[in-house]
Amino acid sequence: MNVALNACGLGKRYGNSWALRDCSLRVPAGRITGLVGPNGAGKTTLLRMAVGLLGATSGEISVFGWSPTEDPALVLARVGFVPQERPLYSGFTVGEILQLGRHLNPRWDQAGAAARLKRLDIGLNRKVAHLSGGQHAQVSLALALGKRPDLLLLDEPLSNLDPLARREFMKALVEVVAAEGLSVILSSHVVAELERVCDHLVILNGGRVQVVGDIDELVATHKLQIAPRQDSDVIDSDATVIQATHTDGQSAMLVKVGSRAVRPDWEVHDVSLEEMVLAYLGNPAAADLPAPVMQKAG
Amino acid sequence: MLFHLDARSGMPTYMQLVNQVRRATRNGTLRAGDRLPTAREVVAALTINPNTVLKAYTQLESEGLVISRPGLGTFIAQGIPAPLAPALQRQLRRALDAWIRNAVSAGLDREGMLALINLAIDENKKAAHVA
Repeated sequence: MNVALNACGLGKRYGNSWALRDCSLRVPAGRITGLVGPNGAGKTTLLRMAVGLLGATSGEISVFGWSPTEDPALVLARVGFVPQERPLYSGFTVGEILQLGRHLNPRWDQAGAAARLKRLDIGLNRKVAHLSGGQHAQVSLALALGKRPDLLLLDEPLSNLDPLARREFMKALVEVVAAEGLSVILSSHVVAELERVCDHLVILNGGRVQVVGDIDELVATHKLQIAPRQDSDVIDSDATVIQATHTDGQSAMLVKVGSRAVRPDWEVHDVSLEEMVLAYLGNPAAADLPAPVMQKAG
Repeated sequence: MLFHLDARSGMPTYMQLVNQVRRATRNGTLRAGDRLPTAREVVAALTINPNTVLKAYTQLESEGLVISRPGLGTFIAQGIPAPLAPALQRQLRRALDAWIRNAVSAGLDREGMLALINLAIDENKKAAHVA
């Protein structure tokens, strides 16, 4: 597996509180990885550490094998980052933004960036201050893509966008991934809008990594079981209960199933990605991590 | 070939694409030699992950339903089973109708019937694997 981003025991402390703690994960290259979790989960902290805007308190992080703080030139040449607030100089025109990009980036793709904005009908003479939210987001994306990154980091790229602008942003993103094959990590606290676009998932919760994996595989191995009321949350040595809801006569349990089938005498339902994510977020003690990470934590 | 996605189906996106191609070859919408849309075309039309399309096409290729010609595209393979002949389809349908009438008079509802049919398909498949 080619690894785009690798974190090992990574932690970031502000005063007495940890924004990120014992974070170990590998993000494969060539994928669109969704980074999900509630506000304050550590998503922004992780992304800022990936580009060296923040240093680690403990552990290590690397991008394509290089440390963002020790070898910033090697990392930054290959990484595009669009922060949540999507900062662009509001007094500039769109054309001037591209000119800035050209002067700051040795691998700058002026023709590609201009063509991208032309397709979206965003004139180069438009003032940044006069762009709609969706256009502002598209110019930010074009600026990040103009440097021809191998890894694109997007922090809450869909926040403050209306549904149509979200759709168009995602469309622009998947099209460029299909054409160029770059790796993308995008954070969001809304899971539903990631389901089609992402194929890999990282769940962060309270500064810790809860789940890392391939989305199709995660969805296939999590099931909702309806059973006669269970007083114990241990139902089978080969299935882990992530979340249980009990009524008088019945228990509904969202479980991660192991190698054997779940109990066939119970009702079994498929779950959506969103249901699975919400179950984990509701139970911060549960985790589903690849084996090497587990060994390290143990 | 126009793909569409059902967000509420609960079925993984790549499987939805696989099933739509299978169905289209079965009912004759797609014939041997027809070209499937490129991954980029499907990505643009549906706003989905490019790897999802590749996964679906790889699956179809491993089933022998399509062949990929590098640089040219992905095509429906020669020698796929011909669409079901109308006469044969009518015959199968009549047998099924009779079965459904029996099931209804035995008190089965739609769910009960589907469960029984799925079970029978699974067990027949298993028996075929053993043989």
